[in-house]
Amino acid sequence: MDKGRDKAAFERRLKAAEDAAAAPRPESAQKSAGSAQRAIELAMRLGVEMVAAMVIAVVVGWGLDKLFHTSPWLMIIMVPVGMVAGLRNLLRAAGKK
Amino acid sequence: MAGPTIDALGQFSLTTGLGPLGRAGHFTNSNETMLASAVIIVGLFALGLRRHALVPGRLQSLVEILYEFVRNMCVDTIGEEGLRFFPLVFTIFSFILLGNLLGLFPYFFAFTSHIAVTLALSLFVFIFSTGVGFYTHGFRFFKFFVPAGVPVWLLPLLVPIEIISYLSRPVSLSVRLFANMTAGHVMWEVFAGFMLLLTASFGIYGAFASVVPLGLNVALAALELLVAGLQAYVFAILTCLYLHDAVHMH
Repeated sequence: MDKGRDKAAFERRLKAAEDAAAAPRPESAQKSAGSAQRAIELAMRLGVEMVAAMVIAVVVGWGLDKLFHTSPWLMIIMVPVGMVAGLRNLLRAAGKK
Repeated sequence: MAGPTIDALGQFSLTTGLGPLGRAGHFTNSNETMLASAVIIVGLFALGLRRHALVPGRLQSLVEILYEFVRNMCVDTIGEEGLRFFPLVFTIFSFILLGNLLGLFPYFFAFTSHIAVTLALSLFVFIFSTGVGFYTHGFRFFKFFVPAGVPVWLLPLLVPIEIISYLSRPVSLSVRLFANMTAGHVMWEVFAGFMLLLTASFGIYGAFASVVPLGLNVALAALELLVAGLQAYVFAILTCLYLHDAVHMH
């Protein structure tokens, strides 16, 4: 008898769970959580992306100068290239998805 | 005045670990934590997957959530082919996550706060993804540096920009992780040292006043927990993104 009641209770809970699963999900909450996560991810990325391109550009320019004995001209040329590459990184990071 | 000083960077100095055996083999405290994080992640999976229960227990749930999380990240970012790279991405993610989290505990060395470690990790990712690009596309992978649909006379300007942008990837990847972890630990140490300084300078009043830096440190602990998880996530998702570029060339 005890067992039977348990079974009835189980059926009831199963029904409730199935109804809950079938109900439309609160999309907006999930979506806003996703966009917040994306925003934090971007905030972590953007600053470093810009600086990194600049650093690499200067290092490459400096290395080429050493190679061709043209110091400091290639490095000077590479600085604006690095700036643009940094902006390119920014756009790529922000634009995707 | 000889009193307590703030030594914020002392916590990052390498010593030897594992006693005399480690000293003989140049095994550092950093390696100790790396080993610990590897052992923990393998042990967690061995324990969690001991019984393949249909309704998972706590440990199995944890393991399954981790697995699903990284699997979804791979498939969403790289595409269906991403499953080939799942083992790599999962290893990187779990290793960095455990390293960041273990580093938050006292007496554990935060190995991700050394740029040597993060640069090695990101250079591996960089070289691997470039290799994947050349393996999948052959020499056509060089087209990656030539943006589609621009006039020819602009190419001498754009190609160096694309190359610099590509080369900056390992730098940004490694510096981000290293800087975040280092900054957090330094701030902790500075505030903790400030408490000692206050107490040493102002006695009992200083001890009361040092509740403020203590409170800041408690708040900082929560932030650091967030940063530890987030940085591992960012590292892993950027690994996926670079592999996506290598596989699809946009």
